Order: sequence, then structure tokens, then C-alpha cells
Amino acid sequence: MDIQHIAKLANLFINKNQQDLFTSQLTAILAFVSKLQEISTENVEPIAQVTGLVNVYREDMIDESRMLTQEEALRNAKATHNGFFVVPAVL
Amino acid sequence: MNIQKLTIISTLEGFRTKQFTAVDLVQECLANIKKYNDDYHVLLTVVNEDALLTEAKEIDKTDYSLPLSGIPIVLKDLFTTDGLRTTAGSKVLDSYTPVYDATVVRKLKEAGAIIIGKANEDAWGHGSSGENTDYTPTKNPYDPSRVPGGSSSGSAVAVALGMCLVSTGTDTGSSVRLPAAFCNLVGLKPTYGRVSRYGIIAMASSFDTIGHLTKTVYDNALICEVTAGKDAFDATTADIPVPKYTAHLAKTLHGVKVGIPKEYFETKGMDPRISDLTRKAISALQTLGAQITDVSLPHTNVAMECYYVLVPSEVSSNLARFDGVRYGNGRDTFGAEAKRRIMIGTYALSSGYYDAYYNTASKVRTLVKKDFDDAFDRVDVIVAPSSPTLPFKIGEKSYDPLAMYLSDIFMCPVNIAGIPALNVPCGFIDGLPVGIQLIGPQWSEEKLFQTGNAYELHTNHRD
Repeated sequence: MDIQHIAKLANLFINKNQQDLFTSQLTAILAFVSKLQEISTENVEPIAQVTGLVNVYREDMIDESRMLTQEEALRNAKATHNGFFVVPAVL
Repeated sequence: MNIQKLTIISTLEGFRTKQFTAVDLVQECLANIKKYNDDYHVLLTVVNEDALLTEAKEIDKTDYSLPLSGIPIVLKDLFTTDGLRTTAGSKVLDSYTPVYDATVVRKLKEAGAIIIGKANEDAWGHGSSGENTDYTPTKNPYDPSRVPGGSSSGSAVAVALGMCLVSTGTDTGSSVRLPAAFCNLVGLKPTYGRVSRYGIIAMASSFDTIGHLTKTVYDNALICEVTAGKDAFDATTADIPVPKYTAHLAKTLHGVKVGIPKEYFETKGMDPRISDLTRKAISALQTLGAQITDVSLPHTNVAMECYYVLVPSEVSSNLARFDGVRYGNGRDTFGAEAKRRIMIGTYALSSGYYDAYYNTASKVRTLVKKDFDDAFDRVDVIVAPSSPTLPFKIGEKSYDPLAMYLSDIFMCPVNIAGIPALNVPCGFIDGLPVGIQLIGPQWSEEKLFQTGNAYELHTNHRD
């Protein structure tokens, strides 16, 4: 497995020292879970949730009890500018 | 007053009959924190002493009429608390101070509970031993060379060492029940959707449940009355009435059908002494009037494989948001286990592998859930061991992630199916606590509390 490719997809940095250990650990875990492929799942529907709830809606109204002020929203940011979050340059 | 001997209900009685005050109790909690926290690494944040005493004094002016008036509580550090540092056990959130309360935190405060502090845990809930914390791992109070169980490690030890009377935890695969089993406590993993997840830092959103740890079944039922119920801020909570669990606890077990899953006793690595103790507990239930039958959960042998595809997939998605821009530190601060789970999930969801891993596991999830549905057509409660082994040594499994994952073999299937389970202490082996697990169909918490209560009163393992 190409650990550096997966790390890149996940926006993680794996250094050279960790690379071999992670590769062997992830290979072992993936070998373990591959046993799933031996189970007959023909005609079995996949499920992504177990509550049985379907289409839970709410009124499209502003709920002020869960709104943050701008000051609160920015309070934990390391860098702000004129009431905005500062992000690293993308381009 | 000795906090080790107190339950919520005896504490409220003590307050109301003026035997001691909320201030006395808070001081006792703080004394135990001073005495033990440096050695056992239980709490990551303790609320300021003056603030705690002021809060307790205010409660002492009342007639203690709220359900949890003056009850000291510790929260797992995944519970978002307004103005109180919340780390998730991770250095990513080392200096994060939330600006709102989780729904459960709000409910506990409104019920009169006093929040003492925030508990150590496996970072993000990823672990079964507490060793995956980015801080210093918590130790087991029954043997400090052993793990207390995780991921709600500090939560369990905080109750066991008298730093509080009750603590909260989250359970995505075992994280309330295993520490409860390893620390001689009652721990509830509620039905998925019974307790709001709003404001609880997410691990795997279709598996996460919000539970708690107490000394007795009665206390556990009482907390559930406070925390359970529909929440407009969590669309996966069901609009099903919350029973007054404590009102109907003392129900006889006559006619209750208890199923024993034979696959669980055939598992490789099962400690035969734990099998024996579990069978003794089953005999006790039979003495109390329960009818015992064998049931089969045929997909037990692939449940862990299913879990370790689906949960890391959801983890990789949930942890994608932590970029250090709006709050917290950058992604370079993730610990090794978080990185492993993010990468397994990323791999399982990536183009070309999605069908083989995520989609197949989602189908196996259907089969695991159906196993339980079929079993509950025949029985009311399933009884199983909580853990195949005793609390293990610190360091014993930390270099082998796969061996660590298999500590949860009797617990993860319950989360796959979204059903409730209660860990109840069932005795000791070599001075170490052992628990049994009572598992029920969706929304059957009341039946689990009744069964656990009857067993607890019959056996009295705490004394």
C-alpha cells in the first residue's frame, strides 16, 4: 500500500520514521478486515443508520438559541483579520 | 461522610436531612483530586475551586428539589462545555475553549449537577485502554500497573476514586462499558438516538451514543431520565417518550427470557475464569426467576471486521474538519491512533476500494443487526461477558493496534446494531473487577435497568 498517497488524500503528514510502522500496521488491519469479502452478502441491502427514522425535517426558521455572535465564533481562532478567519494561502 | 460509600440517592437524602452539605461534598471531591490526580492522571481540567464552592453554596440555600441538586459530576472531555476547556484527549484541541454547551451538559446543569472537571480519555474516543490519550494515560485504581479500560478512562476512575459521584462517557464500540467493567461500575450504552449527540465531539456519527457511569443501577437509571429524549438539535434522536426508569425498577424477573449467545463463549482468548463467573451470574438470574435459553448470533465472527471498516470511515470524515483555522491546532498534532484510523477510513472510502470495503461492511452491518433482531424475537435480554480478559497491563497491547481492537469483541456488535447495553459488576478475579453485559432491543433501557437492579440487589458485589 502507498501510505504517502493515502496520507496526502487525508491531508496528513507522515514522516520517514513513521512510514514503515504505519505501513505494516495498516497492512495488518486491512488484511484482518478483508475477511468481510468471504461473507455472502448477495441480496443484502447495505445500511448506514439504525434508528429507522426517515426524512426528519424542521421549520426553515432561524433559531437564535444556537447562534454564535461573531466575537464568539472567532474567539478560538489563532489568526483573525477585520472579523474574518485568516486561512493559509491556497494557490 | 465518605464519598466512596455515597450514591446519588443517598447523597440527596443526606442533603435534605442536613447530614452534610453540597459544599462538604465538593470539598471531599477536591481533596480526592489533590490526593490522586497526579498519580492516576484522571482529570485533564478541574474547575476553579472558588467557582465550585460558590456554586455549591448557592445549592445549599435551596431545598435540594432538583433531580441532581448538588451532585458532583465529571464529564468526558468530548463533551462541549461553555467556557471550560475541551480537548477530546487530543493535542489538536489542547487550548480549545468552547462557546456553547452540549445538550446533555445543559440538561445536567439544569437538573442541578455541579460540573467538577473534564476527564482524560483515549484521544477522540479511539481506544479501549485509555493509553491513546495525547496526555498521560490513566491508571486502574484496583492495580495501577493495569489499564482502566477506555476510551472513557478518566470518567470511570473519577467515580472509582471519589472525585465525583457520576461521570459521563461516550460509547462508539465499548467506551462506557469496558471502563465500567474494569473499574467495578455500572455503565450504560443507550440505544442510538436515545440521548442527544449535539455538542459531543463526533467519532463515528452512526455509532456514537452518549452514556454514563455510576456506582449503582438506580443512579444510572436516574441519570438516564435526565439525559434521554428528543433534541431539536440532533435529528437522529427519536420522538419516543422517556420512561421514569427509577419508578419501575423493582420489578421481578419472573418470566423474563434471558438469552445466552453461545458464540461469545466459544471466542478464542476468552479467560475461562471469566466464563465461569459469567455462568454464575446467569445462574443468579435464573434463581431470580428468569428463563435462560441459548441464542445464536452467527455473524459475531465478522462483526469486528465490519466495525473496523465502518467506524474508521466515519472517523476520517469527522476528523477532516480539524484544520486549525477556526479553532485548535493543525493536523500535524494528531496522535498515531487518530492518524491510523483516518488513513484506514480514507483507504476504505477511496475510489476503487469503496465497494470492497465500505459497501460490503455496510451489508454485513445489516446481517449483524438481523442477528440481534432474530434473537430478540425469542428473548427479552441477552447476557454476555463484558470483556474476554481482565484489565490488562499498561503497555501490553499498545504496540499491536489489532490486539487492542479485539478487546472489544463482545461490545462492538451492540454498536453496529444500535441497541442498548448495560455493564453491571459481577465479582472479582485476583482482586480485579469483572462485569457482565445486559443487552436489549432498541429502546429497552427500562428492561435492562430492571434486570440489572434485581441482579445487583441479589449479589451486592460492591460491599
